[in-house]
Amino acid sequence: MNKFLTTGLGAAAASALPAIVSAQEAVGMDQRINEIFAASTGWFVNLIFMSLPGTNFPWIVLWLVVAASVFTIYFGFIQIKAFAHAISLVKGDYSDPNDAGEVSHFQALTTALSGTVGLGNIAGVAVAVGIGGPGATFWMILAGLLGMASKFTECTLGVKYRNEYPDGTVSGGPMYYMTKGFKERGLPLGGFLAIVFSIFTIGGALGGGNMFQANQAHAQISGIVGNYPGWLTGIIFAAVVFAVIVGGIKSIAQVTEKVVPFMGILYVAAALVILIVEYDKIGWAFGQIFEGAFTGLGVAGGFVGALIQGFKRAAFSNEAGVGSAAIAHSAVRTKEPVTEGVVSLLEPFIDTVVICTMTALVITISGVLLMDPATGQFILNEAGTSIQTVDGSSGVQLTSAAFAVGFSWFPYVLAVAVVLFAFSTMISWSYYGLKAWTYLFGEGKTKEIIFKLIFCFFIIVGAAADLGAVIDFSDAMIFAMAVVNITALYCLMPIVKREMNSYFSRLKSGELKKFVK
Amino acid sequence: MSKATIIVGLDGGEAGNRALTFACGQAKLIGDCALKLVYVIEWSPFSFQTSEENEQRHKRREEELSQARTRIMDPAVKEVTDSGLAVEGIVRHGDVADILDDMAKKHSAQQIVVGRVGLRGLKERMFGGVTGRLAVASSVPVTIIP
Repeated sequence: MNKFLTTGLGAAAASALPAIVSAQEAVGMDQRINEIFAASTGWFVNLIFMSLPGTNFPWIVLWLVVAASVFTIYFGFIQIKAFAHAISLVKGDYSDPNDAGEVSHFQALTTALSGTVGLGNIAGVAVAVGIGGPGATFWMILAGLLGMASKFTECTLGVKYRNEYPDGTVSGGPMYYMTKGFKERGLPLGGFLAIVFSIFTIGGALGGGNMFQANQAHAQISGIVGNYPGWLTGIIFAAVVFAVIVGGIKSIAQVTEKVVPFMGILYVAAALVILIVEYDKIGWAFGQIFEGAFTGLGVAGGFVGALIQGFKRAAFSNEAGVGSAAIAHSAVRTKEPVTEGVVSLLEPFIDTVVICTMTALVITISGVLLMDPATGQFILNEAGTSIQTVDGSSGVQLTSAAFAVGFSWFPYVLAVAVVLFAFSTMISWSYYGLKAWTYLFGEGKTKEIIFKLIFCFFIIVGAAADLGAVIDFSDAMIFAMAVVNITALYCLMPIVKREMNSYFSRLKSGELKKFVK
Repeated sequence: MSKATIIVGLDGGEAGNRALTFACGQAKLIGDCALKLVYVIEWSPFSFQTSEENEQRHKRREEELSQARTRIMDPAVKEVTDSGLAVEGIVRHGDVADILDDMAKKHSAQQIVVGRVGLRGLKERMFGGVTGRLAVASSVPVTIIP
């Protein structure tokens, strides 16, 4: 879900490019599209990813981290206070048995997770550790922990202001709390924010949630079976996604939804096994992480470099504050919006604090990052931009190499996982995009099908071409969502606080009880 | 309030009908005995779903409940009522064995009657059939009708 991956992983896609487009004029076409796109949207991309003066720290990352810190303090460290309660809610301890058959907390959480767990956890972390050193992990964990408060805020609002239609379906997300919540507080511009947010969401869905995923999936597949035209992957992916979202072939989505969690568990299990086998190095690895966090251990940019990379990865991987999770979580069956906010706390925790940390530990322990035994400092590559690796790889390939030290067969499993993660992320984002689309243009079969067809078309485009500028633009869109969404969250956070205080006081007084099984 | 209660598990098929026929016979022998017919729609709160399924879930649930009532429960209740017995139909989502046992506890039933469904498929072999699990976990006697 980010532009920084494209630099790492794009290399694989770029090397496949000559094979993709056999006709020269097609290459020319790609370039022309790139140029036109870059010329007209470059200012927007630059604006979103602009660095703070005198640093290479993108302001958007600071925006996300500051918001997460503000919510953490404002809600009194809700991520720590309510953590045990979140697990209790997911287990169904507070679910009314008469609501059996409705969307459970567990289902809402896992649905949202399938949209965020993906390339960011596998490739993104490798990029972060490769550039920022193991110390980046410390800042990543910290940002993940803070991000839990952002999720809590947006998901509570998502459920509180969702629309429930007469036919029993529900629709929720930032556009609804922007309009309804702002109206309730007597604030202006709610409708305007909702429209801007929806436009960015459609852009993000087609880009980061679609083209980028297709592009990376193709890079993975061609990395294993050898180069072949990208449009072929694109057409296959598009056909499968088409079957799911237009054809309503639920079985494919259902299979994915079952296989993806299995892949996630397999990934964590493999990481755990490696850590257990190499248990004597865990202490050393954590030492590297803490030491590197404050000294940088000689990585590019030193301590600040580690901090920037860690914050970036966490923010880009768990999407806390972006607003996408508020759409996914809002279908849950609950009378108390705060319950879903509390459950959503677990999302950045699982995504960033657990899965990303596993990846980082395995990479650190595996020794794929080259270190100078004399000084204990990492060896930088010739350009001095990142740490030299065993085989010169970065991104997914680096993670793959690190796991291969433990299990030689793991790269194949990882390739399958990446493709499935990419697919489930696409399905999730097709839904987010559709919600934004129908918010703008109204509901209706024809309007929905138009969006879905556009979505499928962009899969082919994403897999076939290395449209860097297009992907940069759509990544910028995802983070532009965060600009609008967090602005709204700041305006509406008193409402969340009121809900939170009311809920926890009733929980404490025993008014809200566990259901005895 | 009848002095005895029998829970009957329906499955919309032959096995459930056998259980119902047997339970009706028992109820008549006992005399003052009420039947609680239970039909469970298999569902787990721990399954994985897509956003679209979640959005539609409430609507689907209503549809599932009304279909189960009109197709399975209502005809069964009518049949039992016609034979002069006190009867109530219950349709729920969840795990069949759990719900049947829950209902037995809730209505202080003396026994649960279910039809035997022949074991088939890998899933049944691995986890045991509903009747098997019910027999193992139930808090009241279970009669399984072959």
